Amino acid sequence: MSSLPYASFIGAFEFIFSPQESNVTGGKKVGGFDKSVELLIKHLEVTLIALAIALVVALPLGLWLGHRGKGEQFAVGVSNAARAIPELAVIALVAVLIGVGLGNVAPVLAILGIPPILNNAYVGVQQVDRATVDAARGMGMSEMAIVRKVELPIAIPTVMGGIRSAAIAILATATIAPLAGVETLGDFIINRNVYGENGLLAGAILVALLALTIEGSLALLQRRLTSDGLKLKTV
Amino acid sequence: MSSPLVLAAGEVGGDFFRERNVGDLCQAQPNHLFCWEWAKDNIDRFGTPTIQHLQIVIPSILIGFVAAFALALLAHRIRWLQPPLLAATGILYTIPSIAFFFLLLPLTGLGRDTAIIVLAAYTLQIIFRNTILGLNNVPASVKDAARGMGFTSRQILWKVELPLAIPEIVAGLRVAVVSTIAIATLAVLISAGGLGTEMYGSNLNFPTAIIIAGAIVILMAFAFDSILLLIQRLTTPWRRVSQA
Repeated sequence: MSSLPYASFIGAFEFIFSPQESNVTGGKKVGGFDKSVELLIKHLEVTLIALAIALVVALPLGLWLGHRGKGEQFAVGVSNAARAIPELAVIALVAVLIGVGLGNVAPVLAILGIPPILNNAYVGVQQVDRATVDAARGMGMSEMAIVRKVELPIAIPTVMGGIRSAAIAILATATIAPLAGVETLGDFIINRNVYGENGLLAGAILVALLALTIEGSLALLQRRLTSDGLKLKTV
Repeated sequence: MSSPLVLAAGEVGGDFFRERNVGDLCQAQPNHLFCWEWAKDNIDRFGTPTIQHLQIVIPSILIGFVAAFALALLAHRIRWLQPPLLAATGILYTIPSIAFFFLLLPLTGLGRDTAIIVLAAYTLQIIFRNTILGLNNVPASVKDAARGMGFTSRQILWKVELPLAIPEIVAGLRVAVVSTIAIATLAVLISAGGLGTEMYGSNLNFPTAIIIAGAIVILMAFAFDSILLLIQRLTTPWRRVSQA
């Protein structure tokens, strides 16, 4: 099926920790701990920048639409339609039509993170008991204060769920960002003719570990942000 | 691994970058957004990748659905299994599919089998979670009424709980199907063919092919989504009555 020699997990771990002689670059040493850390940090950086842009755009919009109970078609529809967009096509088109580099790729990755954040912020706020909101309004809270102090805290589990989905979607797509000139961990995977089969597997291992770490950290953050009263209810 | 179908996918994976007869017009502007001339002459080349795409997507969803549905029924009966199964399928869902493809490489190699395993594993979480949610949302009073009418536990599950859970189950299935169709484009990276072949390799710098292949992916997702919505309408006639 393929002439590529199969990689081994042992080989991949050796590749992560110390530079290996690649069988494809004529004995030149590739990979190693420093390179792995460099790409890992770059991958994290790209992901966080894109996530930050997505948050700034989608979170206030989703919260406000949910508060007003308007634009459900927009918030939920955008989220459903966006799932059908193939990431590979997006990254490839960005590279050809807009240009390569972090400045071009990060905003496009952010667009992938907007739908889940928008959708969950809308749904989370919209599901807050209307009686609770009326009580807050009756106590003289401004609309802004209602969103910030009543609706958002109650909606935190749903809102954070959207942010977690967005983070993972961005991180996953950042893996193919090397196609648009941004060197992430995906470089080990995309440029297999430089790093060899062990590098390929090493890239996959590092991307998977990074995704699980981010997901775990955001899950912890969600627990910290959720008020104790809400936690009691779910038990 | 050695079935004719998989070998065919492997062959395609090995040498799918056919010569592109780019018209003079397109050659003059390599970064031309969309070249109609080329599109008209070459639309037929998207047939095989589309069929390959379906050959990846359909088995993935069927396997994922059967597995997730079975796990959900098990976890519905044995309640304490729900948190660990949610966590386990959650981990599979979190690992980016590109990474997952290559993590399986030492075990299952290149080709369609690996793509199907990864995409099926990816759908587990969505379908499992929604099926459990749907079953848990069935009002206790309805189940009590069924029991009072003499239904056995098995009858309650198949004739009361599952029909009432159809909207949630289909909602999960729709998300799973649409995402799977989009993600299957990445199968090109492990030589499993599919519409990704028209977006990668020598096509990476050719927007026309990428746009056509991308449009086919989106249309395919839309078509599957509509079919599932129709199935939901047909299988839950009481919802239409109550909404009217």
